[in-house]
Amino acid sequence: MSTTDQTLTEILNLAATHFKVPREKLSPDDDFFKTLGIDSLQTLDLLTKLENHFHVELPDYELQGVSDFRTLAGKIQSRL
Amino acid sequence: MNHFKGEAISWSAANGVIELLLHRAPCNELGSLSLDELEQFVTALDRLEKESHALIIHSEMKPGFCAGADLRELYERSRGMEKAQALEGVRDFLERIHRALNRIDASPLTTIASVHGVTFGGGLELALACDLIVADKTARFAFPELRLGLIPGFGGIPRLKRDIGNAVVRDLLLTGRSFNATKAQQIGLVSQVVSEGEALRAARATASQLGKFDRHTAATAKQFIKPIPYEDLREEINIFCDLFARPAVQAGLKRFVESRDAQPYLP
Repeated sequence: MSTTDQTLTEILNLAATHFKVPREKLSPDDDFFKTLGIDSLQTLDLLTKLENHFHVELPDYELQGVSDFRTLAGKIQSRL
Repeated sequence: MNHFKGEAISWSAANGVIELLLHRAPCNELGSLSLDELEQFVTALDRLEKESHALIIHSEMKPGFCAGADLRELYERSRGMEKAQALEGVRDFLERIHRALNRIDASPLTTIASVHGVTFGGGLELALACDLIVADKTARFAFPELRLGLIPGFGGIPRLKRDIGNAVVRDLLLTGRSFNATKAQQIGLVSQVVSEGEALRAARATASQLGKFDRHTAATAKQFIKPIPYEDLREEINIFCDLFARPAVQAGLKRFVESRDAQPYLP
């Protein structure tokens, strides 16, 4: 089973690849809306990518107010 | 004519397959323009059906299949009106879109919604009027209407209730959360899940296969297995209009239109 750190690393890698951002520019505590420059429709796209990658279901409302990669990793970890 | 190019939708027919393309930015929001053109399509369907066996509905907009009703138009139109006049306009719009979707639902053709990305609210209702939903892995489905103080108004609940279990209907409706394509297939909403960007190819392959069956038999089978829930659809319009008359709806629409949230479809 993955640890939260492993999950966090996978999220950062996935975000860098999908949104074509250099991996070294992403940090765990970044506000991903700002760093990735994503709007509401792309947020849904990210949610789908995360669900498909980790094979989990993430109810939208659990991610309401979540804006940094570290907290996001914790939310995903709780469903692995 | 076997093809039409509109501002929001276009269609063409070839080799027994009609393709209805949605192409209104940003994500095919269904407003008065889309409805006008959809009505032209269902009128043309009377003629197109005679030489066709399948209909595919798909979108060329990157964000998705359809984000639902044009809430900005609804808000802008209704706020400058007397309450009774706004309500009359909403009821008229619902009656018209129900007629169009009922016509697609009842078509003797086998109908396929090829979806990707955002398939929310009215977009999901359009897909539900089809016989089959083919989704790529980016597709997400939701009924977020409760955040506005409304229920889905384009036939969503009766058609969803026809197709899947009541517990799942309640989950979608009462939580407003979105499902991905894999989950949608697990609950029986989606018939095929394919790789990103492959939904239209898969829908076309399916439509090609359908052409091998006798049309009368296929239409008879569809009519037998897919009743149109007219009574519930009528009731849905009445409930929607009752709810629309409440002040909470205008406040909800205003909140949505002015929202800069990452998840504006949540309350």
